[in-house]
Amino acid sequence: MLYREAGQFRATYAEDQQIFPLRQDRVAIGVLLVAAFIAVPLVADQYWLSALLIPFLIAALAALGLNILTGYAGQLSLGTAAFMAIGAFATYNFVLRVPGIPILAAFVLAGICAAIVGIVFGLPSLRIKGFYLAVATLAAQFFVLWAIQRIGWITNHSASGVITAQNIAILGVPIDTPRAKYLLTLSVVAVLALLAKNLVRSETGRAFMAVRDMDVAASVIGIPLMKTKLLAFAISSFYCGVAGALYAYTYLGTVEPEAFNLELSFRILFMIIIGGVGSVLGSFLGAAFIVLLPIALNLVVPPISEAAGIEIPHAIISNLELMIFGALIIFFLIVEPLGLARLWQIAKEKLRLWPFPH
Amino acid sequence: MTPSDRGIGAPILAVEGVSLAFGGVRALQGVSFDVREHEVRAIIGPNGAGKSSMLNVINGVYHPQEGTITFKGRSRRDMVAHEAAAQGIGRTFQNIALFRGMTVLDNIMTGRNVKMRSTFLEQSIWIGRARREELAHRRKVEEIIDFLEIQHIRRTPVGRLPYGLQKRVELARALAMEPELLLLDEPMAGMNLEEKQDMCRFILDVNEQFGTTVVLIEHDMGVVMDISDRVVVLDYGRKIADGTPDEVRGNQTVIDAYLGVAH
Repeated sequence: MLYREAGQFRATYAEDQQIFPLRQDRVAIGVLLVAAFIAVPLVADQYWLSALLIPFLIAALAALGLNILTGYAGQLSLGTAAFMAIGAFATYNFVLRVPGIPILAAFVLAGICAAIVGIVFGLPSLRIKGFYLAVATLAAQFFVLWAIQRIGWITNHSASGVITAQNIAILGVPIDTPRAKYLLTLSVVAVLALLAKNLVRSETGRAFMAVRDMDVAASVIGIPLMKTKLLAFAISSFYCGVAGALYAYTYLGTVEPEAFNLELSFRILFMIIIGGVGSVLGSFLGAAFIVLLPIALNLVVPPISEAAGIEIPHAIISNLELMIFGALIIFFLIVEPLGLARLWQIAKEKLRLWPFPH
Repeated sequence: MTPSDRGIGAPILAVEGVSLAFGGVRALQGVSFDVREHEVRAIIGPNGAGKSSMLNVINGVYHPQEGTITFKGRSRRDMVAHEAAAQGIGRTFQNIALFRGMTVLDNIMTGRNVKMRSTFLEQSIWIGRARREELAHRRKVEEIIDFLEIQHIRRTPVGRLPYGLQKRVELARALAMEPELLLLDEPMAGMNLEEKQDMCRFILDVNEQFGTTVVLIEHDMGVVMDISDRVVVLDYGRKIADGTPDEVRGNQTVIDAYLGVAH
């Protein structure tokens, strides 16, 4: 009923190939954008912006990057955090060494640096697949962090390898309040998400999926495997690099290389598994889930334990979080390998007929 | 119709002395034959005769140790598969090789990828050339969808389709490339009579309306004798006969290969 497409006729291919062919989707996305850009900054307090929404958006962007590589092009990677680190430290160096560089240009250049490194570490994908490729991308994870810690020039010879993000401004407006940082993050993520959505529904996206689903058939219909796989690595690493830059400049402020460790790579992998492999929306759902779950647990568990008369220490709550993550990942892998995005799609299909399914 | 009515012309593809071995297994040994423009050429032979290997050599999936392939006047020993596609060689597989995670429409659109020129940057912004291309190729794909009568399953993920329709979608994807030479590896395997008749009709229509040259492997002798102009017979990687269906049918070596010989 709510989600009915009856009466919406698409008479041309242009209409049929719109980014959101259904009117309800267009309205929903419009409302969401208005809410995110206007309502949230007015309503949300500092805690919400800095501790919830900004990390959520950054995680979603990194998950989107990994999803392009793993979900669409089918190349498993465990090096996400390394590419984020390249983005963060490259931005730092561009701002440090190129006076007056606009921060957005620095983000883009840092993303391109990450893309180049991504291509290098994507080269093994031409010969190996799946689990073995994942192990090869682990090399990126360890090598990049090692390089950042060992090469003093990258951290401007900071003793502990810690860098402090410089103050940034866009067109003279300083980005120093949580609100400004939120709006910058949101704008970057919204634009990149739109680009990704367009990409995956066009020729490049189909080439990625073709390589993922059956690479011999893909090459037989004229898709060059090498170019396609490396392009997937490049675009994915670009997204992760920009996410890493935002991680440093709008979220943490002060970053050490260890912030981009293997655990972060795994968290992002969990996001796309839970959210939905091969779905732009899934990247956002998964990121929301993993960022918000610990907070939800902290809100929900203490009242329950109080009501039950048991004292649960904080340490157990945080362990509980890991246990729930583990259980959920197993649950999704077995029951719904396509994640929350698939559940949402099923819900939409049901809503087309609801409440009169006959 | 006689061959000249259908415009069967000079050889478009010539295979000369092709030998292919996997370690000690000699899949093809000095096989030579040609395929004329606009003809329907069948490759038959008992199991393991090297028929699929032959197709894989023609479109660059396997690289032969000896011999040359001449396609449209250009000779080569081997090539990369996607280059063969760019030169106009289309292909379907014996075991369906569709992209299971994608819809029928997207699968067929993927067949047009080779003709798209816009870069990924243009595509991600979805303006100008990228958008025009997407719409123009969609129109072409819809023509193929009409031609093969699969309008009703356009939006269905191919994994959900029955076998016969999957075979048809695979043909559609190959046709979307607008190939000059279409290689069909057992297009009718596992089909019932009605599906086979449909598939025969589609193959003949493709050959007639688009002038596509067809090379097909098929085990159903009735089909082979009905639709092909000339037949190559392979056995243990060697060519044992080559000619019109009638000539091949009467050839004693062929009969021996299929039925066995008393020693």
